Amino acid sequence: MAFRIGTSNSKCKKVGGNQKICVLIVDDDRATRRIHSALLNKFGVETQVAENGKEAVDLYRSGASFDLVIMDMEMPVMDGPTATQELRRMGVNSMIVGVTSRGQDSEKQAFMRAGLDDCHVKPLNSNTIASLLQQVNKNH
Amino acid sequence: MQGNQLHRQLAHMRQSLFDQGFLDEQFVQLEELQDDANPNFVEEVVTLFYKDSTRLLHNIELSLEKNTLDFTKLDGYMHQFKGSSSSIGAKKVIYECKQFRECCRAGNGEGCKRTFQQLKKEYATLKKKLETYFQFARQAGPTETACPPK
Repeated sequence: MAFRIGTSNSKCKKVGGNQKICVLIVDDDRATRRIHSALLNKFGVETQVAENGKEAVDLYRSGASFDLVIMDMEMPVMDGPTATQELRRMGVNSMIVGVTSRGQDSEKQAFMRAGLDDCHVKPLNSNTIASLLQQVNKNH
Repeated sequence: MQGNQLHRQLAHMRQSLFDQGFLDEQFVQLEELQDDANPNFVEEVVTLFYKDSTRLLHNIELSLEKNTLDFTKLDGYMHQFKGSSSSIGAKKVIYECKQFRECCRAGNGEGCKRTFQQLKKEYATLKKKLETYFQFARQAGPTETACPPK
């Protein structure tokens, strides 16, 4: 199954006249980045990775944009909540989904307040990814 | 015939990793991501986990050697380690992580040290078992389909 979007302000590569969805995976854990990339690639989605929140913010500052950002909560240099707040302050309206190992609602809610569209326990699975990509499609 | 036998042995080896509680459903998720484009995906992810977690375990070890234990710091490290372990479905390791965190919450330094030793044991045991499994998998060659556990 491949996800396509009809129109977008995304700077993702065009493939055969349609733009592929582009997802930014922000996580300091290499194994998690690899897993999430592979999951998304299975859906025909393009991915880019960042090791921490600062890298994600710098990517946007350099002019990159993404249809979806999967943002880990706890990272060195700049954590997920801080990066999310900064992106929203910059006017970024991409869908930003938080991922955390912390299952407690209070912690997820705090992360949500930073400006997330959604938050899930990691690692994500294919059902959750499919649901997120459908939302990305609806938003366009 | 020999190929089939190898695959049967491999399947048995794999199933026992689940039956003995070493791995959970997340490992199956990894297997489902393995395909022709990523033929060694599971081994790649497991290798990444073991490479990256070494530093974290070392930090925990150093923190446990201090005269006054910083339980908040220790809990933070272990939370991170538990998250990584969850990514490969390391069930027994995850259990020991939870035990360790309970000790942190209780301010139980001796408990932390004890559970950490147990955690390292489970971590090393799983590593050895997976190394053997992957070695055997390479020997057996590719299978047509993955067989999820019941």
